[in-house]
Amino acid sequence: MIAWTIYITFAGAIGLLLMPRFFARWIALATALAGFVVSLLAFFEAHNTGTFATIVRLPWIPTLGLEYHIAADGISLTLALVTGLTAVSAVLFSWDVEHRPNEFFFWLLLVIGGSYGVFLSADLFLLFVFYELVIVPKYFLIAIWGSTNKEYGAMKLTLYSFLGGALVFLGIAATYATAGSLDLQQLALYKFSLPFQTWAFPVMFLGFAILAGIWPLHTWAPTGHVAAPTAGSMLLAGIVMKLGAYAALRVAMNLFPDGFQIWSKWIALLGVIGIVYAAAVALRQRDLKFVIGYSSVSHMGFVLLGLATANALGVGGAVLQMFSHGVIAALLFAVAGRMIYRRTHTRDLDALSDMRLARALPFAAFTFVIASAASMGIPGFSGFAAEITILLGAWKAYPTAVLITGAGMVLVAAFTLRALKKTFFSDKYRGVRLPQGRVQVDDDWDEQSELCVPITAAEKCGALLLIFATLAAGLYPKLLLDRILPAVEAMRFLK
Amino acid sequence: MNYLELLKLAAPEALLALTALVVLALGLATTRGPGICSAVAAAGILCASAAILLLPEQATLFRGMLVISPLTSLFKIICLALAFFTVILARGSCTPRHRGEYLALLLLATIGLLLLVGSEELLMIFIGLELTGLSLYVMAGFDKTDQRSAEAGLKYFLFGSTASAFTLFGLSLVYGMCGTTGLGAIGEKVAAGPVAPLMTAGIVMTLIGFAFKIAAAPFHLWAPDAYQGAPVPSAAFIASGSKVASFVVLGKIVLIAFGPAHGSAAWHAMVAGWAPVLAVLAALSIVIGNLVALAQSNVRRLLAYSAVAHAGYTLLGLVAGGRDGFGATLFYTTTYAFTLVGAFAVVAMVRHETGGDEIKNFAGLSSRSPLLSGCMAIFMLSLAGLPPLAGFFGKFYLFSTALRAGGNHGLLWLVVLALLGSFISLYYYLTVLKAVFVDDPEPGILKLATGRVRPIGGPETSSLISLDFLQRISLISLAAVVLVLGLLPGSFVSQIAAALSSLP
Repeated sequence: MIAWTIYITFAGAIGLLLMPRFFARWIALATALAGFVVSLLAFFEAHNTGTFATIVRLPWIPTLGLEYHIAADGISLTLALVTGLTAVSAVLFSWDVEHRPNEFFFWLLLVIGGSYGVFLSADLFLLFVFYELVIVPKYFLIAIWGSTNKEYGAMKLTLYSFLGGALVFLGIAATYATAGSLDLQQLALYKFSLPFQTWAFPVMFLGFAILAGIWPLHTWAPTGHVAAPTAGSMLLAGIVMKLGAYAALRVAMNLFPDGFQIWSKWIALLGVIGIVYAAAVALRQRDLKFVIGYSSVSHMGFVLLGLATANALGVGGAVLQMFSHGVIAALLFAVAGRMIYRRTHTRDLDALSDMRLARALPFAAFTFVIASAASMGIPGFSGFAAEITILLGAWKAYPTAVLITGAGMVLVAAFTLRALKKTFFSDKYRGVRLPQGRVQVDDDWDEQSELCVPITAAEKCGALLLIFATLAAGLYPKLLLDRILPAVEAMRFLK
Repeated sequence: MNYLELLKLAAPEALLALTALVVLALGLATTRGPGICSAVAAAGILCASAAILLLPEQATLFRGMLVISPLTSLFKIICLALAFFTVILARGSCTPRHRGEYLALLLLATIGLLLLVGSEELLMIFIGLELTGLSLYVMAGFDKTDQRSAEAGLKYFLFGSTASAFTLFGLSLVYGMCGTTGLGAIGEKVAAGPVAPLMTAGIVMTLIGFAFKIAAAPFHLWAPDAYQGAPVPSAAFIASGSKVASFVVLGKIVLIAFGPAHGSAAWHAMVAGWAPVLAVLAALSIVIGNLVALAQSNVRRLLAYSAVAHAGYTLLGLVAGGRDGFGATLFYTTTYAFTLVGAFAVVAMVRHETGGDEIKNFAGLSSRSPLLSGCMAIFMLSLAGLPPLAGFFGKFYLFSTALRAGGNHGLLWLVVLALLGSFISLYYYLTVLKAVFVDDPEPGILKLATGRVRPIGGPETSSLISLDFLQRISLISLAAVVLVLGLLPGSFVSQIAAALSSLP
């Protein structure tokens, strides 16, 4: 059933091109909702989540032994669920797109459909097709509908993704030339020689990890997130970064366990550096979206650290963190990009602090407080559940890393609180109008302040959906972990 | 020997020659010429394709001068299809005067391609090369009112004739050393003993001649000017049909005739032979083509340099050698040819509308013609090698074959280089697409061919490019070919594999 998420999304994307612009957002919403409902049903229906169970299997390119092979286990289902969740709220948060709406939602749905495809592919070639399919839509989403240095950000992001893609391509071609098959179920049983694993694992892992924002190849992430339109940032930070992490886990780590053994400590090192470094950089940003962009890199550092622990708890926590960060990042970008930026046309923290937005936009303040709390790892929210699980796992493997990460978490709290205070709860209130000359205001700003525009129903729905998800995962993480952990325990590198 | 049988087996070529004469005569005789000429040429090409389908499965005439096999039939049809699209392209874009002569030349060049594809004999191959070459030289310089076209024609001719001299010299050395002109017989001679120095010289010179034909660096210098200056249909045909046929012949020559002198291009185990020569050509083409393409502002020039890079990728399959490698090369060059014809078709229409083919002429194309811009996106992204388009699968097929062939990943260095190259290439393809989808048109760029200036800044639909039915159909079918060969390459791959099963 879960395979229908892919078909529905692509059908919706193609339908969008044929429909008049009036229907665009409704079609997009219906498609995203349908995908979400399917992924939700599949998530709750799944019983045996420990096996990577085949759902559809058709010959595709028989001469080369490539198949159209869709399968799912607990990890896939969890990530498909967060894809559906983020997709719905991303469409809701782009309800006001008036400029070429059909194209906008077309590219958006391609990103979503490609992401579903990556999470559900059981053939490496198919997985890579979906993985690369996501690259170009990102470029157009940012370059056409973005803001602030958008063409630079779009190109940078696309080239980084494609560089990662080229590394992965090399790994896949080499895997295929060696093993003669690209079926993930078969490859998971194939024994690659140690010298091969030693070079193929880092190539493949690094290729995927670029998309997951691994330090020092993370710089595309903040730049791209800032330049992207709101829905684009939500999908980029929420889902696309997870594609890299998921594929690194499913492909690189699971196929090359010996290579992973050799390189895992370096991954942990890069993960920890990412956590601390990105948090420190976020502390010094003036642009609200840059703060959130670097926070994404920092949170993805946790995912890498969790993966590097190579024990069930750490890896399971990493998957939980992928879910959690998908929701939280989407929520943060929704507030920063849609609720604040569309109304004030600035994201400069000093300028925002003059506006006392908590008074003007109480709902935005409410949402941002919740998202910040989840992001900082306050108990009761999904961020806490995920990060504590990762740290428990890391304690067994890299005790030192846990200590450093602890310091990093203080920094995370510091930059989040700083952003929260400056944006919403500043005490120096000087009226809503912006002091001209000091603040960088984008071109489409007009003198008429739009601050009086209240938060729309669509925005509220999208935000509440995400808030509910982070609370649900935070208060009852067992729901997710029950499905994730069996799948993680079935992975080869644990044995 | 029965001449009736010859006529039967060479029916496609004969039909094309007949059509060429008829078109020539029609062009001279009637004043309503252009439309009829195109129709007749297209009909002739369709008849020739039908004649190929009626040919027997296997036949060999005159000790390999004319060979009919699944491989030759498949690629003859592909060459004819490319010629067909070029005829449609020529109908809309240029040369309303002398249409008959132009089309006759095109048909003659096509005959040359068919001879090239369908021969396993050095003399015949050379005749095919020359027939194609001479027709294409004239086609490149056909637009007499355009200085660039003359430049393109002259450059193409000078480089081409030099390369032909190299080829002929090489072939004569090969003949002198082996005493035969049949590819199979040469292969047996080469296999019999160590390769003599003169034979080596012959092999290298032959390879140089073909490197010119496929525009591999450092023999690519004619390509940018020819692609940019020649009338668009000529450039499209030079870049597609001529290239496909050259790769087919090159593959047959190196695999059948020079096969035993393969050598090895593996990084730590280089062995002298033609494979390392081709590997060096490939590496140079990938690096030079991609790096120089970065700096181009003219779309046709950009496509020319990217063609150099693509020639490099395509050579990878031949370097890998064997049936698998050749199959990958054939798949890649075919998809590339269709993609490039499509890209040139878009360029022709943009040129028709805006009077130029700089990147800035493409600005805002998406608001003027969703169809053109959508097709351009498909072609460019396929060239960049993004799924689910044909270029992606072609690259995967090539690179995985190359990795498997070297033994212990000996060709890894070349594959890494090629991947790096395709990473670079995404940037310049995206630059074109950025103009198409993101940028706003520059004021005054929308000059019609008649000189009327269209208003800028009106509603988005104010200036739609009008395409007639045939242009629409041909563009859509080219885009569909690229998409289908990417999504479902299976049947074409197995067709090529079956056609190659008779090769060593």
